[in-house]
Amino acid sequence: MWQWFHRLGSPRWFYQASGKWLPWLSLLAAILLSVGIAWGLGFAPEDAKQGNSFRIIYIHVPASFLALAGYYVMALAGAVGLIWKMKLADMVMKSAAPIGAILTFVALVTGSIWGKPTWGTYWVWDARITSMLVLFFLYLGVIALQYSYTSQDAASKSSAVLSLVGMVNIPIIYKSVDWWYTLHQPATIKFTEAPSMHPDMFHPLLVMILGFYCFYAVALILNTRVEILNRERRTRWVLDMLLNSKKGSS
Amino acid sequence: MGQGFSAIFYRDLLLAFRHRGEIANPVIFFFIVVTLVPLGLTPEASRLAQIAPGILWVMALLASLLSVEGLFQSDYRDGTLEQLLISPQPLYLMVLAKVLVHWLITGLPLTLLAPLLGMMLSLPKAGYLPLVLSLFMGTAVLSLIGAIGAALTVALRKGGLLLSLIVMPLYMPVLIFGANTVQRAVDGFPVAGPMAIMGALLAVSLLISPFATVGALRVSMHG
Repeated sequence: MWQWFHRLGSPRWFYQASGKWLPWLSLLAAILLSVGIAWGLGFAPEDAKQGNSFRIIYIHVPASFLALAGYYVMALAGAVGLIWKMKLADMVMKSAAPIGAILTFVALVTGSIWGKPTWGTYWVWDARITSMLVLFFLYLGVIALQYSYTSQDAASKSSAVLSLVGMVNIPIIYKSVDWWYTLHQPATIKFTEAPSMHPDMFHPLLVMILGFYCFYAVALILNTRVEILNRERRTRWVLDMLLNSKKGSS
Repeated sequence: MGQGFSAIFYRDLLLAFRHRGEIANPVIFFFIVVTLVPLGLTPEASRLAQIAPGILWVMALLASLLSVEGLFQSDYRDGTLEQLLISPQPLYLMVLAKVLVHWLITGLPLTLLAPLLGMMLSLPKAGYLPLVLSLFMGTAVLSLIGAIGAALTVALRKGGLLLSLIVMPLYMPVLIFGANTVQRAVDGFPVAGPMAIMGALLAVSLLISPFATVGALRVSMHG
């Protein structure tokens, strides 16, 4: 019954299996993203108040979604690596950190670009922006810790501990920033909430979110595959594969 | 079971008092950086009073952060940490004892010094008691959270900056509630709510943080 679980722990098995999933997943991501972009930017109706500037939502919202989801992916992979000592989980954790950090950065940048026409300023100490910034710092901490150890094993374990501590803290940070914001700032600035959106605007957003999830999976798999090759570069199967591919191409 | 706790507690306290200069450092740091604020901003009492709660809290946080780096360092270098890890005593309690001593020699003096610095920043009268109470609990939470970071970076040669990098995002809730407790008191609002949340943060970090610290220490020692 646990066979699939043990198989999943083998980097070699994952490398070979993910090679088969990758074309399909990439195709799906490409279709969803291009449909979503075209629909959202070209065909969705203009916002009554914000005009065309609201269209950045089709990048901003999916990126913010995955920035947070990516932290949980990283922390859970770290937990699996700590508990079951699974090599593959360590690699997934290491690969997930930079992707998540970049997505958080994208969310922050698109948010601030959106802020200029909407609020008249690039940066507001809004509760959500601030918690996004903290999330970005949490990612940077994990990445910095990951690269400061010389031993790969110690690096994986310590950043797993840190990302788990961060995972416990994320709800507390979010709640406290929310509380801080309601105390300090007049609640004049309101986002157009997703549920209150018109369906014509919401459906392309949904497509984009799905597309981003697929894109995230593709990026994570690609990054993990590089990590696998890098760490297993002295093993038999990697050498064999490289030699065979050379023979095939020449 | 309490044997390990009391032994470590007594030993660390003794060590701290034999290096009295190191105890004074965070307190002096706190004093100096608070002095920098009027120099950099304004000596005007009314404007200083406005920012005093936040300044005092941020500076106390930094002072606590700078001192937490040494929490496990000397024990790691001379091999004591290895002995603690293989001893039959519960590690949770031993880590708790170390953190408690750290709080006694940094958090508590900072808390006691804060009213004096508050006076120098012309903090309004209503703010003093909440300032002391919130720092009393808050610095304990800072020590507990900082211990995780200290344990994660103890084996690294240049861990200091990295430690601040990984610990500061985790400090933010404490800062928010701590500074707001004082601010609310100054503005004339009841402070029982944020104070209770501060207590809750302390309770949760007392429960969780030593476990994470123990895990981090094991990783640091054995890779």
